[in-house]
Amino acid sequence: MAGLLHLQSTLLPSASALRRRAGAPVPSSSRRRCRVEAKIREIFMPALSSTMTEGKIVSWTAAEGDRLAKGDPVVVVESDKADMDVETFHDGFLAAVLVPAGESAPVGSAIALLAESEEEIPVAQSQAASFSSSSSSPPPPQETAAEEASLPPPPPPSPAPVAVSAPARPSPATQGGGRVVASPYAKKLAKDLGVDLFSVTGSGPGGRIVAKDVEAAVAAPKKAAPVTATRPDVPLGSTVPFTTMQGAVSKNMVESLAVPTFRVGYTITTDALDLLYKKIKSKGVTMSALLAKATAMALVQHPVVNSSCRDGKSFTYSSSINIAVAVAIDGGLITPVLQDADKLDIYSLSRKWKELVNKARAKQLQPHEYNSGTFTLSNLGMFGVDRFDAILPPGTGAIMAVGASEPTVVGTKDGRIGIKNQMQVNVTADHRIIYGADLAAFLQTLAKIIEDPKDLTF
Amino acid sequence: MSLFAASAAVASSAAAYGYDTIRPVARLRFCGLRREALRLHSPRSTLQLVAARRSVVAAATAGNGAAASGGFDYDIVIIGAGVGGHGAALHAVEKGLKTAIIEGDIVGGTCVNRGCVPSKALLAVSGRMRELQDEHHMKSLGLQVSSPGYDRQAVADHANNLASKIRSNLTNSMKALGVDILTGIGTIVGKQKVRYGKVGFAENEITARNIIIATGSVPFVPKGIEIDGKTVFTSDHALKLESVPEWIAIVGSGYIGLEFSDVYTALGSEVTFVEALDQLMPGFDPEIAKLAQRILINPRKIDYHTGVFASKITPAKDGKPVLIELIDAKTKEHKETLEVDAALIATGRAPFTKGLGLENINVVTQRGFVPVDERMQVMDATGNVVPNLYCIGDANGKLMLAHAASAQGISVVEQISGRDNILNHLSIPAACFTHPEISMVGLTEPQAREKADKEGFEISVVKTSFKANTKALAENEGDGLAKMIYRPDTGEILGVHILGLHAADLIHEASNAIALGTHVQDIKFAVHAHPTLSEVLDELFKAAKVNTGVSHSINEPVAV
Repeated sequence: MAGLLHLQSTLLPSASALRRRAGAPVPSSSRRRCRVEAKIREIFMPALSSTMTEGKIVSWTAAEGDRLAKGDPVVVVESDKADMDVETFHDGFLAAVLVPAGESAPVGSAIALLAESEEEIPVAQSQAASFSSSSSSPPPPQETAAEEASLPPPPPPSPAPVAVSAPARPSPATQGGGRVVASPYAKKLAKDLGVDLFSVTGSGPGGRIVAKDVEAAVAAPKKAAPVTATRPDVPLGSTVPFTTMQGAVSKNMVESLAVPTFRVGYTITTDALDLLYKKIKSKGVTMSALLAKATAMALVQHPVVNSSCRDGKSFTYSSSINIAVAVAIDGGLITPVLQDADKLDIYSLSRKWKELVNKARAKQLQPHEYNSGTFTLSNLGMFGVDRFDAILPPGTGAIMAVGASEPTVVGTKDGRIGIKNQMQVNVTADHRIIYGADLAAFLQTLAKIIEDPKDLTF
Repeated sequence: MSLFAASAAVASSAAAYGYDTIRPVARLRFCGLRREALRLHSPRSTLQLVAARRSVVAAATAGNGAAASGGFDYDIVIIGAGVGGHGAALHAVEKGLKTAIIEGDIVGGTCVNRGCVPSKALLAVSGRMRELQDEHHMKSLGLQVSSPGYDRQAVADHANNLASKIRSNLTNSMKALGVDILTGIGTIVGKQKVRYGKVGFAENEITARNIIIATGSVPFVPKGIEIDGKTVFTSDHALKLESVPEWIAIVGSGYIGLEFSDVYTALGSEVTFVEALDQLMPGFDPEIAKLAQRILINPRKIDYHTGVFASKITPAKDGKPVLIELIDAKTKEHKETLEVDAALIATGRAPFTKGLGLENINVVTQRGFVPVDERMQVMDATGNVVPNLYCIGDANGKLMLAHAASAQGISVVEQISGRDNILNHLSIPAACFTHPEISMVGLTEPQAREKADKEGFEISVVKTSFKANTKALAENEGDGLAKMIYRPDTGEILGVHILGLHAADLIHEASNAIALGTHVQDIKFAVHAHPTLSEVLDELFKAAKVNTGVSHSINEPVAV
């Protein structure tokens, strides 16, 4: 860092010289330096006045993944004198933010990476990892049990779709697992300290959550929340009878033995889907919702895959496409259903999905919310599973098992070698109604939709 | 100092003739000019008239008994004794016009009793509380303050006492000058005829050569909201400070809502704003609003919902909290229900024009406002000016601020005295007394850009931060921004906006300049004392670049 500081002092005079030449009464635009050799440019903390030595980032005007044109404002920086909008001097994509809002950086240090084209964004992001030592990232939330249905920390290139594991403990302040009543300061504290309000018990008037409840939740040791992916609490050496839910699962699985099933696998490239997800995730869209929507759109073109065989001698074609998504919850498994997934836009679908997940955690799903699926999605990608076979739930025609999306070395058609994110899906289907060609065609359509996902945002 | 001697002489001679003792000091406080009027008030005074100009005034104000010109009871009757009416009345007396003012409720109107005066008292308390409670701020100055607290009743009393004091000052000043204060609701019954009387009592009818409507406004409560005065209330109730709720929702994020959020958060409440538009503080310049949000909202215990209406508010009862149902402003679908301890409705003010009898002279109100032209003359339903009838202040809706009302009143009296006067509303400053304060005069930046595009000129903007001001830094109050929008071709100042310590006092340099048409290049060289906050404006003026020379040459054709 000492070397960099030395560099800064030589940079500063020229920065102010440039400013004097420009002659503007108010220092308006950024002073960008770029390393010409790389296609990935660094956006530096500008010197907005001759006395400025470090600047605090007030807010990022652009988000990661945004396309920027020369002159677009990228970030608002607070200097010792005022707040200034800093613009980019180059076209490109904001690939990585190195210094988040609220933090400071010395003048001349890199605060973001600008990639010239979309392809370089992952490269820039891996470069960003090497910068992360100089900027502190916000600490992960203390309670993993308190995590909302969001991405568990994955390596940047592979998005892992969601399964929810959390205890269902509605606090008195929530009304029917729907909403939380918390005072403004409590909400602010919860956001800053990374506390999930759904897990906090309210002690204020009317059961509302007040600031001290949030503080107590952070200070108290983790409540009895079974943490995922570690040894569950099983009473070894004893026999424990099934709960109702476990009994239902067992019954369904045994019933499925009577159905003649077969499996077809497919490898889908998810680069385009990952990019889309990055773009719209700030609007509340989740990967589950995206996959559900893509599947629904493919099913529109292949209605037989959405059908079921109830009596062993006929096709029951369903009038709606209801995608059930398997969700692991405390002590079991449930499949909340996204009804008419082909008809809803992706944003409504994501909102609905969030609601369903919350209800599932609170054990408040109504039967029609988990029985009405016509096609099921099961995802174990977040555990790193690359492929698996799912068991067909009775009453449906097919279930799709989705694995993790991993960067894979592939040979392309023009004889080159490249790296693409690839995900393996495996569909188990009832051969009484769905034949090999039907399933293969459906998967081909699905792959096309996922690999060119522009229609998913309708 | 001879003036004091003269006033003392009047007082003593007045006493000798059995008049009420005039307390010169209290009167003088109101306006220097009033001294002249006072001096000549006593009908049997034998004071020599010094200036020739005074003779006109003397003849007119030589006692209550002098008739108004033209056989009318009064030259001017003002309906409403609020700030607007009071300003007009004092100016009218100074111009020698026989004046009466009708008040149906309480002298001083909204400003003195339910508005500016008590709210500033509460804001003074909240400003101090906030400072004392800010440990970080105190420590940085080297101060230690142990557990600051407040007594709610004493704070409320401060506001109430101040309101009473100002009210009695106002009343006495008018009485002393010979303005007839008539009690009752005033109704216009015909051209130049007004009837007034208390409810249930006999009514009196008077004639007036000119009538000024100054009936003001009341807090507007949208439908669906049930007011109970204790848990769901308007600013009228809030200023009595009968309680400090733990969590209060403020419906409306304009300057009234913002000021109250300052008061309540300083006294320990948490606040939730409910705003119908998509941005908080929609009336402010957007850059100022953004910074204001960072300083006045984000660090405080305040959250907000924008783009929603409060479609139904039910007061608290039987232990249940106040319920506020929020619907999306565009789609009208239900978004959520808030459960809070109290709700303050600050959704604007509605004009108080019912019962004025406007239908008797064929004047139709528009959403309750009295239609007026640029001279405050009332327009009737056919679009014609109604002669000798004016409307000032909140009742006409042009600029709902106390000082705008009295400025409009003065403008009207000038016209009545024979001097045409059109008030330049763009030179009237406005202020929001949060901590730090916000003030503005003229156009916002988007408004200026629109005007520039339409009329084909360029605008420039200069900004400076309070962080660069020595005095602000000495107080450790460097948060703030001042900006000026001006025409670089002529140097005309289009708008000035300030957010920072004492912004409400600093704006007047700019508003004076706009009122007098001063150009930036002319005030650049005016000296400001150092170190003061006014140097913030000095920075703005000095930073402005006006090229009056260049623009001419660009427009003129060049002979080749």
